[in-house]
Amino acid sequence: MSKSAKRELHIRVDHLTRVEGHGNIVVNVSNGKIEDCRWEVVEAPRFFEAMVRGRKWYEMHHITSRICGICSIGHTLASLQATEAALGIEVSEQTVLLRKLALHAENLQSHILHVGYLVLPDLMGVGSVVPLAGSHPAELKTVIRIHRLSNEFSDTICGRTTHPQRLVPGGFVKYPKVDELKKLRQGLTEALSDLKEVARLVCSLAERFPAFSRETEYIALKSDQEYAMYHGQVGSSDGGTWAPGQYKEVTNEFCVPHSTAKYTKHNRDSYMVGALARFNLNSDRLTPEARAVAGLFKLKPVCYNSFMNNVAQIVECVHSAEDSINIIDRVLGRGLALEDIPPIKVCAGRGVSAVEVPRGILFHDYQYDDAGTCTGANLIIPTNQNHNNIYHDLQALLPSLLGKPEKEIELGLEMLVRAYDPCISCSVHYLRVKFI
Amino acid sequence: MSKPRVAIFDFAGCEGDQLQIVNLEEVVLDVLGRVEIVTWREAMKEQSDHYDIALVEGSITRKSDEERIKAIREKAGILVAIGACATIGGINCMKNFQDEKFVRRYVYGDKAHWYNTYAARPVSAVVPVDANVHGCPINREEFVQVLKALLQGKKPFIPNYPVCVDCKKAGNVCVLLKGQFCMGPVTRAGCGACCVTEGAYCWGCRGLVDDPNMDAARELLGRFGISAGEAIGQIRLYDGYREEAR
Repeated sequence: MSKSAKRELHIRVDHLTRVEGHGNIVVNVSNGKIEDCRWEVVEAPRFFEAMVRGRKWYEMHHITSRICGICSIGHTLASLQATEAALGIEVSEQTVLLRKLALHAENLQSHILHVGYLVLPDLMGVGSVVPLAGSHPAELKTVIRIHRLSNEFSDTICGRTTHPQRLVPGGFVKYPKVDELKKLRQGLTEALSDLKEVARLVCSLAERFPAFSRETEYIALKSDQEYAMYHGQVGSSDGGTWAPGQYKEVTNEFCVPHSTAKYTKHNRDSYMVGALARFNLNSDRLTPEARAVAGLFKLKPVCYNSFMNNVAQIVECVHSAEDSINIIDRVLGRGLALEDIPPIKVCAGRGVSAVEVPRGILFHDYQYDDAGTCTGANLIIPTNQNHNNIYHDLQALLPSLLGKPEKEIELGLEMLVRAYDPCISCSVHYLRVKFI
Repeated sequence: MSKPRVAIFDFAGCEGDQLQIVNLEEVVLDVLGRVEIVTWREAMKEQSDHYDIALVEGSITRKSDEERIKAIREKAGILVAIGACATIGGINCMKNFQDEKFVRRYVYGDKAHWYNTYAARPVSAVVPVDANVHGCPINREEFVQVLKALLQGKKPFIPNYPVCVDCKKAGNVCVLLKGQFCMGPVTRAGCGACCVTEGAYCWGCRGLVDDPNMDAARELLGRFGISAGEAIGQIRLYDGYREEAR
């Protein structure tokens, strides 16, 4: 009889570390039988959708940015696009280019923070990034250099990295200077070689990621023109596309008692969003350097190993740096203009947006009355959509770990959840809503 | 002498203030050289119940959080609130102005009874707080300055004059004179008027100055065509827990 056959195991990881927000992993195995294997979200609810009711159209992006400190630029951009759709505000081509830069800045910042500061300690067998200052100073300095550059990137485009000030309905209230963009371009070129160094380091440790596989559905934005981040249609790895306004046909939210965040499902038990989902749907639209890094890891679509989300994040870092260089060249090539915000005519209406933020596809859906006051809001954030997939992944992973020592099982389960880069505090503030 | 032990905790908030600590980049290594971080769930696996300084982000929004913050207060020699949610209640307090049952039902539908919540409040409404680092998000330099002062046993300097002072120092054109709204005249400075500098207006994230002269503020804003009702609405954006906003 194998060791796992009569296993008694009770794991309770309260407030999982090195993730954003509060979640617990609960495992009970009795006489070798899995009785419980749960992912609990215990974050304090914040009720953003109720809070924004009664607020004005020009405040919405400011308020919803506060949903998440890490993806505040993404929330701001989703919010602006929803408001602009509702009020019929057209933005300029330059605004779209600068907003795409803003998204890349955040994607780079968020991914390198996750891979470099939160995941690398697992691969190096330590509890946090702090000991790496002594054991791997050069590698840590490379990570810090990329992270600092990505923050300066956000500062240059948005004013600051967390809760950006320059992005408003209709465009920008302040612009970067031409020499700032040139300096940023230089920094991004240097970051590309730093990123390849990080990729080689993670690749040398990649056998620490379990050879896990569970078929699931992947949902991400799709576009004929580009690796979709700022706009596009909602796509599924099972086939089909939907306009952002049809998002409810994909998300199908529901409540579960052990989670303050809602769950979602579409074709299967659950679906996944984020870097791996985007890679699985759009890898052919990555920049050349990003495709080369994917090749280094032998990462090919469709990859069903959720642990490889970490690797897809590295691939996307390279893509964001390289594509940003191209966008800066376009902005400078057409001549940076200090455009004014277009005149805005306030009217009643509904607007829906779908934007790819670091952790996956994000939906904002607003209803305004004729004074531009918000009368209803629905927000569906990426981690929300991933909770159900995390739950099903945990159920699939646990049996393969049962023969191992308890500490290893715990680490394996923690690493799985961490691979999703969950942003738990975001995920509990939303959901739902009847328009009234 | 052993290094002071620091623990970082979070309640209801976006964790953007802890992110500013991470964003100190190399400076954080310098700070780490002077203290020992013993608990920081967002960044490390190790945890300890023995600490001298507790840094707390987020508002208190549940009974269970109240018990948790009281336990932290008992263990910490010094408790510092970081970020608007912790120092003044912040954005979370907007829900306090709506019916609590309605709020839960609006967000969670017929499953509303599964989720508990009460009126959001700053940390100081539940336990004594020794120092505040204001802002949404906090300013990195101000955070380091407050921490340094505390480590030296000094009282940190927290400005008690309005953002207008910072705005003048920054050489900005007055937003009110441009015909736009601004919370600067009644909001606590210390941010360098960063939002006005970046082309926006002051949203009031650092809260009102101590003992604000509300009559003068009303008169000033009125001169620029901003009604008392509008001003109260703006105060409620971040500082809704205070008496004047209710």
